[in-house]
Amino acid sequence: MAIVEVRNLTKEFDGGKVRAVDGVDLATKEGEYLVLLGPSGCGKTTLLRSIAGLEQPTSGDILIDGNVVNDLPPRARKIAMVFQSYALYPHKTVLANIVFPLRAAKLPLEDRRRKANWAAELLGIRHLLERKPRQLSGGERQRVALARALVREPAVFLLDEPLSNLDAKLRASARDELKRFQQEVGTTTIYVTHDQVEAMGLGDRIAVLSQGKVRQIGRPVDVYDDPADTFVATFIGSPPMNLVARGDTLVGFRPEHLLPASYVKGDAQPVKLTVDRLEYLSGDRHVYGTVTGVGERTRVIARLPATVGDPIESGREYDFAVSRDRLRHFDAATGLRSVS
Amino acid sequence: MSEGLPEGIDRHAPRSAAEGRHGSEGLPEGIDRHAPRSAAEGRHSSGGRKLADREGTLAWLFLMPSVVYIIALVGVPFVLAVGFAVSDVTAGDPSFDFVGLANFRAIFDDPVFWRSLGNTFLFTGVSMIFIVIFGKILANILVADFKGKWIVRFLVLLPWTTPATLGAIAWLWLLDSIFSPIDWVLRKLGFIDGNMYWLGEPQLAMGSVIAVHVWRLTPLAAVIMMAGLVAIPRDMDEAARVDGAGFWRRMFEVTIPLTLPVIAVSALFGAIFTFTDMAVVDVLTNGGPNNATQVLTSWAFFRGIDGGDVGQGAAVALFLFPLLLAAAIAILRAVRKLEVR
Repeated sequence: MAIVEVRNLTKEFDGGKVRAVDGVDLATKEGEYLVLLGPSGCGKTTLLRSIAGLEQPTSGDILIDGNVVNDLPPRARKIAMVFQSYALYPHKTVLANIVFPLRAAKLPLEDRRRKANWAAELLGIRHLLERKPRQLSGGERQRVALARALVREPAVFLLDEPLSNLDAKLRASARDELKRFQQEVGTTTIYVTHDQVEAMGLGDRIAVLSQGKVRQIGRPVDVYDDPADTFVATFIGSPPMNLVARGDTLVGFRPEHLLPASYVKGDAQPVKLTVDRLEYLSGDRHVYGTVTGVGERTRVIARLPATVGDPIESGREYDFAVSRDRLRHFDAATGLRSVS
Repeated sequence: MSEGLPEGIDRHAPRSAAEGRHGSEGLPEGIDRHAPRSAAEGRHSSGGRKLADREGTLAWLFLMPSVVYIIALVGVPFVLAVGFAVSDVTAGDPSFDFVGLANFRAIFDDPVFWRSLGNTFLFTGVSMIFIVIFGKILANILVADFKGKWIVRFLVLLPWTTPATLGAIAWLWLLDSIFSPIDWVLRKLGFIDGNMYWLGEPQLAMGSVIAVHVWRLTPLAAVIMMAGLVAIPRDMDEAARVDGAGFWRRMFEVTIPLTLPVIAVSALFGAIFTFTDMAVVDVLTNGGPNNATQVLTSWAFFRGIDGGDVGQGAAVALFLFPLLLAAAIAILRAVRKLEVR
């Protein structure tokens, strides 16, 4: 177990034309599951590859367990990485894949066998040891890749979108397994994804990245309920947070907090909602409409849970409300959260 | 049988009824449907369906040049060679008389033939080993990223782009018995006193011929292997690096196994080019000294063209065919095995 720390890390490509990682400061906690979340091209994979030692940072430091590892090759950093493609060696059996790092570390045969069996047992792939990677399903390949990472007993796991090659159904169960696996081994893990559902579900904390910068680091609930800026507010949540302009500020509220007025108790901000369109999605009703009464007229989305049974039709105006403690205010110019 | 019969009739009846229905009710529809279609066909033939749309015709058209080429320059000469090999045709008497296997008996009795055969295998085998090794090394250099790599790539490819004979003539001068610059350098460095007579000593002559051949074919092998190296997903090498594998382990446990099919293909090409090549031998040593560098191709040429005994020349040349066929099949099967793995 270890703490990974990144200090003012910058990585430029094409002689400074592209700044993939732009002054990132980040530190994991002991045994933490930290998710790097962001849209594609935000620099999250570059950041992970820099930590792995596959990219040389332009400036800044990477520390693992308090030691600067900038000049160490990947093999000396006590890390293990699972690639998006899993990168299993196609000509080797599953067993040979798993023991490959141990052979590279010149471990005696007896230890290699013991550790491979332990990892295979933990991931439930003992019956697959003699197969070749091409004879495995996507989920099995992912587990082999994890086993190969696990046997090295690394200080840090680096996972680069390991679920993105799985189909939707398998992804949900694989996510659950990944989380249990990490809790079992208790190793510090940095996980890269563009999928907010994965991030919210897996992460002890989430670092939201955009354009090479960290926008916010926090627990899933913090990132969701108290976004640091409008990027985080609209990137996380589906449908995203509604933003309504009011003078110099933007007023934000989550779709699930925009409810018919009778359902909002306490100090509420009343609004009028003119409904355009309705969608029924897994029990919820998504109501698309134009809101007035908060600030400027703005198109917003309300998400009504199945427990809200009021009839709603398109083309009509309804009295809706948002609980005041659910309103978030952002500076219209910078997009940053303003205190209020 | 008796039970099946009514069934059969039953099954048949509705079908014929259906057909009848189609026949009677379908008619007006058919006319309706047919009318616009024929109009559409009319439009097509007036310019919608061009030659470029007729894939069957195009396929033949595009294949034709290579088919003609192969028939004219491979098929016809092959049939001719088979014909000549069982005839007594000579340069002086081109009339065709069937002699059966007499030419083959004659060449098998000739010790030079057996010497040439042995030389051919030695020549091909040793060249192959060096071509694959040097090709692999050069391929690694070609894919590496460094300053001025374009000039290195250019220099690496130069021997392959030079016509075989021109390259061989340049080497003929480099290996000259008296004025060899290689000898001059060795003399200046104090390694030798006189001359090496590169092409005059039997062993040195063989070595020289092999060296020139390796020089000429290595770039081709390197480019083929480079294509294989480039095709390996980058993840694979990175995963091996993260897994703690050093340069040699990555090379022998990841890169080489993954590129084995491509290495086999480059070996196949190299073997066939070496086996069938006579330009280097012909220019450098003319098969000498004392047939020390004689190979089957050059021996066939000396017998059939220089010596004028077309029948025996053809028989020697034809002897290559089953060997090459066997080699090609063996290596192609190896490649397929590797691919399905």
